[in-house]
Formats: sequence, structure tokens, C-alpha cells
Amino acid sequence: MIDRNARTLLEVRGLRAAVNGIEILKGVDLTVKAGEVHAIMGVNGSGKSTLAKALAGHPSYAITAGSAMFDGKNLLDLDPDARARAGLFLGFQYPVEVPGVANSQFLRLTYNTLQKERGRDELDPLEFDDVVREKMKRLDISPDFLERSVNEGFSGGEKKRNEILQMALLEPRLAILDETDSGLDIDALRVVADGINRLANRDNAIVLVTHYQRLLNHVVPDYVHVMQGGCIVRTGGKELALELETRGYDWIGAAVNA
Amino acid sequence: MGAIQSIVNRPYQHGFVTDIESEVAPKGLNEDIIRLISTKKGEPEWLLEFRLAAYRHWLTMTPPRWANVKYPPIDFQAISYYSAPKPKKLKSIDEVDPELLRTFEKLGVPMNERAALAGVAVDVIFDSVSVATTYKQKLAEVGIIFCSMSEAVRDHPELVRQYLGSVVPPGDNYYAALNSAVFTDGSFCFIPKGVKCPMELSTYFRINTQESGQFERTLIVAEAGASVSYLEGCTAPKFDTNQLHAAVVELVALDNAVIKYSTVQNWYAGDENGVGGIYNFVTKRGMCKGVNSHISWTQVETGSAITWKYPSCILQGDNSVGEFYSVALTNHHQQADTGTKMIHIGRNTRSTIISKGISAGQSNNSYRGLVRITPKAEGARNYSQCDSMLIGSDCSANTFPYIRVHNPSAKVEHEATTSKIGEDQLFYFAQRGIGAEDAVSMIINGFCKDVFRQLPMEFAVEATKLLGLKLEGSVG
Repeated sequence: MIDRNARTLLEVRGLRAAVNGIEILKGVDLTVKAGEVHAIMGVNGSGKSTLAKALAGHPSYAITAGSAMFDGKNLLDLDPDARARAGLFLGFQYPVEVPGVANSQFLRLTYNTLQKERGRDELDPLEFDDVVREKMKRLDISPDFLERSVNEGFSGGEKKRNEILQMALLEPRLAILDETDSGLDIDALRVVADGINRLANRDNAIVLVTHYQRLLNHVVPDYVHVMQGGCIVRTGGKELALELETRGYDWIGAAVNA
Repeated sequence: MGAIQSIVNRPYQHGFVTDIESEVAPKGLNEDIIRLISTKKGEPEWLLEFRLAAYRHWLTMTPPRWANVKYPPIDFQAISYYSAPKPKKLKSIDEVDPELLRTFEKLGVPMNERAALAGVAVDVIFDSVSVATTYKQKLAEVGIIFCSMSEAVRDHPELVRQYLGSVVPPGDNYYAALNSAVFTDGSFCFIPKGVKCPMELSTYFRINTQESGQFERTLIVAEAGASVSYLEGCTAPKFDTNQLHAAVVELVALDNAVIKYSTVQNWYAGDENGVGGIYNFVTKRGMCKGVNSHISWTQVETGSAITWKYPSCILQGDNSVGEFYSVALTNHHQQADTGTKMIHIGRNTRSTIISKGISAGQSNNSYRGLVRITPKAEGARNYSQCDSMLIGSDCSANTFPYIRVHNPSAKVEHEATTSKIGEDQLFYFAQRGIGAEDAVSMIINGFCKDVFRQLPMEFAVEATKLLGLKLEGSVG
């Protein structure tokens, strides 16, 4: 939903980032306002995931130039955990396994961390159980999920649902979902898309990083950006995604280089 | 990995020396010193002979070199083998040296109130002589003997003579032989037939006199149908010179008896450069002598510069059960070579080994375990799980499982994993708002869960806190 008067949640200007001394992002500009859904598309290696991780503050990604403001704060001054507590959520492409730590325990700790940050009551295990089970039901997640270790032995689809569950619990201001649709079958894709749509409202924003158009059939973006060589080379509406689906990415490269 | 190099580093909190006048034997080891120890303690002739035989055997032995630890040769002539607070007759806790009581307070173990509140009978070992024993009467009512080894030698010589050295023979290994020659005190516990010990029995060990080697001797006997849970907790003051600790613990379980032995060990590990710290060279072994007997070792090892320790079970009685649950944490320059031995002799004997090794800093952490199924051990079963966790990239973890099966009906399983608390795991937690220290604490506690749940409640809480302290600053 585009509202020209909505407040700006994320403002990225000329962002450059390097991994192991190799520059991956070469000057990214991106503005995301409250209420908007953005899709960032592009071929492998175009810098989509790097942008997502750099914004979340992954220690392997060194910011070499540019700026990133989040909800009025200089994002680059904040540690990764402070960025998360400020309301920035990254849905991981490859969620990490944590053997021995029960999902319920992990979810409650992260939930209470955010509750505390927002000046709300922390929940005891029983209260939290009610909250999390309600969310799980909507995401079609089986109850035994709570007893299992965080992401350990989860299928690809289960891991992605766990990410969406966390997003639903944490109610971020800005959710960046890195290839959340990859590895999902049709049913799971619909469940995940429903979860995203349910979160979206006037006050927050969602950035979908994706290869394919199919997620965008369920979560309709207001803007579609195409990344190439570490820059956003083209921005359009949802129809751009459909065009990419039929014509591939090559024509954009040709158009940009022309 | 700067983040990871900075949760393991809070200075040792129990580093202080209590100023109590000690009676210290001259340094060095020879037959005269052994006679001196024996005389000081007013021991019977047979015990002096036991000591001298062990000493003569020890002289023929060489220190074990197979362990994956490195240390300079120990000068056994530079150690004083006997040190005792000046003897005093104590009628009540009020007569205990206030300095000593303050020491216990600093340790967080006020032996009177806390022990009473916790319902724990504490046989306190301060250096080498027991200074206070509580709850003895209450235990005596049900026929349980819980006293210092010295008292046991004096009051129950026939029991001591029957069982001492029956599980760990004096010549068993280099350090056991040394202990057998020079042990000064320790705990003795006897649970008579059919008695379930009504409370957890606990000993807080503490090494105090600088450069005095400490040679504890513990013997626990559970007669048929008896059961006992025994807790051992350790701290030591901070010193620059290495201190040798070579204890021997023997457990004997007769028919249907159950012995559960839990340890939380937090001795001085040396500073962050590896200077000082305790050498902990301990022989712990339990004999499941009777049918259906059950011995369970649970240890949380966080201290010592070097740990060399293999609490073991000899499963002699048919259907007997041996268990070993271990968490060993090493940081800075600590070295640990620890594990267990499960010797299956009786039919349908079962053993379980759960070992969790955590290495941080530049430390080296090895699991070494032996599962032996002898030809007569029809239907024996073992399950072993050995997991290692690395924090940072300068530490190492090793697993040395030895499995010897001489009976085709045996079933032996061994699983091992190695994981690393890495940048990606910490980033995942951080991205959910959780800081590095909370993340490490949650990951470590999750990793150790299977062992912690074997500990008595209060011990489990203590152990959880201890690991948190030990790792503070190694990630951040």
C-alpha cells in the first residue's frame, strides 16, 4: 500500500559493502516507507542476500561507504542485536540449527527480549505457550515443534515456517525476508504467504528478497527492484516481476548496459 | 573472531589464602615421611604396611604419558606430604576458627546454616584434616557411618581394612600408588544393608596450604539394598605454583545397591596465560559387585590446569548398571583428558556414557573412554555419546573411544558429534535481539542438558551458574 505521506522506515543511500575484502554492494539506494511491500529480485550473486545481511549487521559484511537510516536511527551505529530490538527482522535464507536448545525456550527468550524493549510485560512459560500455540495454529505448524531443538533436523519448509513464526511473534517494524520462498512446496508457500500478509499493516513494511515471481502471486508488492552487480538497476511496480518471469533477467542487463 | 574471543574470562573468584597456622611436614618423600604421616594419625600397623608397600611399588613405576596433556616433570621431593591445622578439640561450630568459617563464607558455603538449610550433611575437608562433621548423629540413627577417613581408621578399622584398595589396588597406576602411600584424609561412608540414605551426603574439598600436595582418599560402601547420593564440590585458592592433587575414590555397591556420585569441580585453573593452577590427577572407580547394583558418576569439571580423570565402573554383578555423565569445560590454557571406563563382566550388564566437552580459549579438551565387554558378559549393552563444542578457533577437542568386545551377544553403540559456537549461530541469536553472552549461555546449557538433569537440583543450578561465569568474556 503506497501512501506518499507515510513515514520513512528505511533509507539506504550509496551503500557499499565487502566480504573478505571483495566489494559486493556497490552503491545501493533504497527507500522503504511504512505500509509498503518491496520485492528485491535478481540473479544469484547480484547482491540481494548481501544487502539483507548487511542491513541486519552480519559481522562478515563490512560497510565501506554510504548510509542506512532505520526509523530515524543510524542503523550502522547499532550492533546486530540492537538493530533487532529496534524492530528490524531478518528472515534467514538458511536458518541456523541450535542443538539442545528447545524451540519453545528460544522463542520465549526472543519474544520477551522484544517485549521488554517495548516496555511490555514479559510472559512466563505458560502465558507464552498460549500465545505461541495460537500463532502456530495459523501457520499450520504441529505442536511437537515446540519441544524440538531450534531448527535441528527441520526440513527446509519447517525452517522457513519457523522464521515466519518468529516474525509473527516479534511483530517487526521492518521484515526483510531472504529467499523465504525457496524450497517450499505450493501448500507451504501459501501458508508462509498468509503469514506475511497477516503481519503487513500501515505501520510496518516488508522487503522480500526472492528469485522467483511465484511468491509475489500471494504477497503483492508495491515496488519491485532488480539488483545486478551490487546495485539496484531497475525499479517498477508488480508488473515488473511478471515481465521478469516471462523475459528473464538478461534483457535488463542489456537495457542497463545500452 | 573478536566476538567469540572475549565470554570465558572472569578472574577466579575463590582466590585467597586463609591464614591459619599449619603443621607442615618437611618437603620430600621417603619411608620416614610415610611413617611420620602414619604416626601422626595414630594408624594401625596394617595401614602403615599398606602405605609402605604402595610406596615401594610406586618407586618402580613411571608417570603415565599416554594422556593428551603436557606438563613439565613433577618434582615429588619438592612437595610437602602432610599439613594439618593445629589440632584442637572442637565441641561445637563456635569453636571452629573464625578465619576458617569466613573462608567457607567466601566460598559461599557456610557449613552450619547452609548445610542445615539444604539438608546436607557436610564432612568438610580443610587441607588434610576434617575439622567439622555435621549430621553425623542423625545418620548414625539409621546406621550410616559418614566420617573422615582418619576417624574411620580409628573407629571402624575392620570395615576400612576390608574395602580399602579393593577397587583401586595400591599399584593400580602411578598416582593411585602415590595416593595409597601418602593419603592424609578423606571421607568414609558406609550405608548398611537395606538403608536408603535419608539425605544427600556432601563434602567440600579445599586445598589451602601453598605447595602442599593433597592426597584425598574416599571410600563409599553400600551394602545390599542400600542407596546413597554423594556430592563432592571443590574450590581452591589462587596460587602461582602448581599444586598436585592425586585423589583416589573407591565405591563398592553390593546386591541391589545404588550409589550416585556427583562432582562439581572448580579448582584454580591458572591465569589466562596458563601460569599456576591445580594438577588434578584422580583415580575414581566404582565396583558393582552385587547383582542389580547401580553406580552413577556425574561430573562437571570446570577448573584445574590439567585434569586427568576417568571415573569408571566395573560391572561385576549380573544385571548391574554403570553410568557416566560428564561436562568438561576448558578455557585459556587448560588441558583436560577425561572420560570413563566401563568394564562389563557380569551378564546383562548395562552402561551409559554421556560426555560433553566444551573448549574455549587456547585450551585442549579430550574425551578418552574404554568400553570393554569381557567374554562372560553375555547380553551386555553400552550406549556412548561424546559431544564436543568449540568456542572460538584456537582451542581443540579430541575423542578417543576404545571399544573392546569379546562377547558376540553384546550391543555397543557409540555416537560422537563436534559443533562450534560460531559467528553464524551468534548472529542468528543477535538478529532475534539476544546478546552474545545470553546466546552462549543458552547454547551451552542446551548442550549440557542431558548431564545437568542428572545432578541433584541445587547442584544443577550451581553448575549452570558456574559455566556461565567460566565463559564470561570469551564471546562478546
